[in-house]
Amino acid sequence: MSQDILQEFTEQEYKYGFTTDIESDVLSKGLNEDVIRSISSFKNEPEFMLEFRLKAFRHWQTLQEPVWPNVSYPPIDFQDIHYYAAPKTKKQLNSMDEVDPELVKTFEKLGIPLSEQKKLANVAVDAIFDSVSVATTYKKKLLEAGVVFCPLSEAVHEYPDLVKKYLGSVVPHTDNFYAALNAAVFSDGSFVYVPKNTISPMELSTYFRINTEESGQFERTLIVCEENSYVSYLEGCTAPKFDTNQLHAAVVELVALDGAEIKYSTVQNWFAGDPKTGKGGIYNFVTKRGKCLGKKSKISWTQIETGSAITWKYPSCILIGDESIGEFYSVALTNHFQQADTGTKMIHIGKNTRSTIVSKGISAGQSHNTYRGLVQMNKSATGANNFTQCDSMLIGDQCSANTFPYIDVRNASSSLGHEATTVKISQDQLFYFQQRGIEMEDAMATIINGFCKDVFKELPTEFAVEATKLLGLKLENSVG
Amino acid sequence: MLSIQNIQASIDDNPILKGINLEVKPGEIHAIMGPNGSGKSTLSKIITGHPDYQVTGGDVLLEGESLLELDPYERALKGLFLAFQYPIEIPGVHNAGFLRMAYNAKRKYQGLEEVDPMEFEDIVKKKLKLVEMDEEFLERSVNHGFSGGEKKRNEILQMLVLDPKVAFLDETDSGLDIDALRIVSKAVNAFRKPTNAVVLVTHYQRLLNYIVPDFVHVVVDGRIVKSGDKNLAFELEEKGYDWLVDTVRG
Repeated sequence: MSQDILQEFTEQEYKYGFTTDIESDVLSKGLNEDVIRSISSFKNEPEFMLEFRLKAFRHWQTLQEPVWPNVSYPPIDFQDIHYYAAPKTKKQLNSMDEVDPELVKTFEKLGIPLSEQKKLANVAVDAIFDSVSVATTYKKKLLEAGVVFCPLSEAVHEYPDLVKKYLGSVVPHTDNFYAALNAAVFSDGSFVYVPKNTISPMELSTYFRINTEESGQFERTLIVCEENSYVSYLEGCTAPKFDTNQLHAAVVELVALDGAEIKYSTVQNWFAGDPKTGKGGIYNFVTKRGKCLGKKSKISWTQIETGSAITWKYPSCILIGDESIGEFYSVALTNHFQQADTGTKMIHIGKNTRSTIVSKGISAGQSHNTYRGLVQMNKSATGANNFTQCDSMLIGDQCSANTFPYIDVRNASSSLGHEATTVKISQDQLFYFQQRGIEMEDAMATIINGFCKDVFKELPTEFAVEATKLLGLKLENSVG
Repeated sequence: MLSIQNIQASIDDNPILKGINLEVKPGEIHAIMGPNGSGKSTLSKIITGHPDYQVTGGDVLLEGESLLELDPYERALKGLFLAFQYPIEIPGVHNAGFLRMAYNAKRKYQGLEEVDPMEFEDIVKKKLKLVEMDEEFLERSVNHGFSGGEKKRNEILQMLVLDPKVAFLDETDSGLDIDALRIVSKAVNAFRKPTNAVVLVTHYQRLLNYIVPDFVHVVVDGRIVKSGDKNLAFELEEKGYDWLVDTVRG
């Protein structure tokens, strides 16, 4: 009977599984140079962008899909995907009220109000629906402060020099198979530029919503912070429930110059597949990397990964500037049939660089959760320091957790600390809560929050509450 | 108030309780004693609804209402409390936060407004004095890194804050030194009032010097074989359990 109770509470109803009834332009399936040219032409891109894409595509064609992660999935047929889908009614928007009401309704249902009256007060939102950005709030207000926040598709026209300088500088198309694919077919994403000595007056966020079945989502985000500037950015994502798997291969590049700080948070809630059969769900294969170019620069990654059938990503920091700092805080939850192989890479190149890794993996159901981390300290990284804390929580006895920490130190003056724990939510702990009058759901949520609080406290306040609720929801037996 | 009617229970198909009958009236203190393996701890677990045990017969009524169909949290909200023999540790969960959560769950159940952390601090500080615990215990994780005595006192603190109708104290005295025993007993005696009841499960007579019971029951092989007043406890201290065990097993 005790096993039943745990089972009951790792069942979830994905409430974002609806689709939006809207007319979309959908490019027919298949991947070849014509598709690339079509995508570039739909977006009206300048010549240099088409070249960027074609170069990446030709390189991709020479590559083999990597098979080393601790996840298994049937082979992906790259020809069986729509590489572009956009709502028909998109046009150049001057006011939020011109956005298609169906889209506004969709985002509102997802908790992202876009209309002038209801938009979130302190957060600017770029709303991306399938392959295009459909709305961006507070663009003007941010520009007044000097901060550029717009879809990448717009940035290639308005800020071509910045794009040419930085796009592909952190994740070149030669980096890996999915980075090459993304560079060839990327749809849209956000571009953020913060000029020197500027603190962004608001939180920035991008919300990705997949709607078209059998389409791929290839978002591309670039954030550049010049000297002594600061920005905090959040990425959210959901998708409808489809029976087929969908590929989400994104690339995020961050660049921080001297004294700059970028805080990048993700709350990922892609459809995870049918809880009973494991069918469907998003493949989340992502390359995220930050370059701490400048002295005393800082990049922090905070991620709450709760969805996707398969999560495969290692948000990383390359610590080039002396005394630069890289941080990675992660909660990765897998349930039912989900699989995750996630972690981070901290590459220390500059002197006295510091990195902190706090990873919390929670496995339930029949899921597999793997942490894979690399801490590399090059010869030049004298006085470098890393602290890693890697904790796993198992719920029930059919799931698994693995840890593969790699440590590569090439100088004698750096220091590392590594701690790892494994815990299981026990029946006795749950009964203790219940005997004090606290319901099972609240008990689970509290124990899990206690486990994750070191990560939750890194999230921007607005989103910390959401993340707490989301985690509770994911392990709850509730109906929509 | 609490009526235990011919309760039979098993764990993994092994029968442990073979028909326990007990009436606990408001204002009373009952002591349940017995040799190891007699089933005395099982009784409190059954009544509070621990999922490892199956009730195979009989009924338990609290103020006339049967408890057996209710979930453990519902039974708690109706006024049952169990001070665990081995209180479990819950790392990462704030002790005061946990207690406030339980307190507010009860308030909500009673149709009262929940209290915020500040209001709760006032409430809990008063009770802290009764168990002579330092405020810093509130800031730690529940039972995490607590000594045995501190864990037991934390149980009593929770009892004082939640103010149940019937409190089961499961071998609360085991592992306590004289001072801790004195403190716990004082707190339990302060908790007593005409509208609540306490059931003490204990191995040794010593606790009963401090918390004087109205009734003493001896459980052997899953049944109550003898009941008496506090003098029965002295008799057991002198003679041990054998004389009673023999009468049962013939």
